[in-house]
Amino acid sequence: MLYTNLKHIESADEHAKILSENENVMVICGRMGPMCIPVYGIAEEIEDEYKNVKFCDMEFDNPESNVIRQLPEVRGFMGIPFTIYYKNGKVVKATSSIQTKAQVTAILDAEFKA
Amino acid sequence: METINHYDVIVIGAGPAGLTAGIYLSRARLKTLILNEGAVGGQTVLTHEIANYPGVENISGYQFANIMKKQAKTFGCVIKSNIDIEHIVLDGDVKKVTLSDGSIFTSDSIILSPGGRSRTLDVNGEGKFKGRGISYCATCDGDFFTDKEIVVVGGGNSALEEAVSLTKYARKVTIVHQFDHFQSFEHAIEEARNHPKISFIMESSISAFYGDENLESVDIVNLKTNETTTFKTDGVFIFIGYVPNTEFLKDKIELNQWGEIVVKQDMSTNIEGVYAAGDSNAKRFRQITTAVADGTIAALAASNYLHERKSVKQPEKEVQV
Repeated sequence: MLYTNLKHIESADEHAKILSENENVMVICGRMGPMCIPVYGIAEEIEDEYKNVKFCDMEFDNPESNVIRQLPEVRGFMGIPFTIYYKNGKVVKATSSIQTKAQVTAILDAEFKA
Repeated sequence: METINHYDVIVIGAGPAGLTAGIYLSRARLKTLILNEGAVGGQTVLTHEIANYPGVENISGYQFANIMKKQAKTFGCVIKSNIDIEHIVLDGDVKKVTLSDGSIFTSDSIILSPGGRSRTLDVNGEGKFKGRGISYCATCDGDFFTDKEIVVVGGGNSALEEAVSLTKYARKVTIVHQFDHFQSFEHAIEEARNHPKISFIMESSISAFYGDENLESVDIVNLKTNETTTFKTDGVFIFIGYVPNTEFLKDKIELNQWGEIVVKQDMSTNIEGVYAAGDSNAKRFRQITTAVADGTIAALAASNYLHERKSVKQPEKEVQV
């Protein structure tokens, strides 16, 4: 279980539903570990600032997170979290391992600018 | 001085030390701001389970930090996270912190608790292959290296213990260490030395990382002969200790040779009105409990300093009235 204040995605169906209902989505797929927690923290921190983006997390070890782990964009990734940015249901960017706030906001600004 | 961005006390850092200081100060009705460069909680949030904090049976570090954050906010403490400090002025009656977005905050006293972070090798390719072969967390990323050959860098307890734990996944683990001996407990050294999957390259360090999409090899330099060899590997785990986050304090406050803040028993520094607490202080033991103790002492000392300062200034105010 992920102890974050983000929206938790529990299933592939829910993942699909969120993508269909939101233009801009960021999903952080990880565990409660040292590389993932800072990224959840950043998302929680900027959630209010980026109201045009739906911020979610998904447990890496949940078999349903295959919808993320089997994306072609994460091929070669060898560090969690896998952070996926979707626009209109399509992956526009994916990152592996810990990221800084500057790295995250740079992607949000580039891909999801209102 | 009373401006919208002026506080009685600014606390730099929101780990256990900074949050404790925030709780004590704001509960004492002092206008308190915590400025934090990373996620609230510091190193605590990285702890899977805290089992030895007195009075708390079992709790994740993330939950623990969130409770402390909530407590501080309940008392009126303002917390700003994921900020970048561009400049800090510690001398004089009014302390000043400028952020990279141009915001300026001032205060009568300041508590420094910036904590520490994992040390990186800082060599060519390290940034490029982070998450693509380079990792700093065995429990997070170990399973990506199942049946692969990997390198562990370091010679302390973390490096040796994590090297052994990585043998659950990896086919072969090579420990690269800069000295001819380990700085670890004897039982950890023995376990690593006796493990059939673990080998050692001593008195050596990695000088570069190479690969196309993912890490494929590293350059290992022998520190005695200066000879460099290229070593094929699927992954590198780096465990070379922690460094205090005190670069921004260099030449502004007394630091020791390791960059740790030198404090007196009441957590005061060599600058009047400036206190320090937590893992960035020069001290032997670094635990959540010791950080909380530091934060408490620093907050009480800062409160006392403000009270005494106010008492001295009081007569002037009466004359003006």
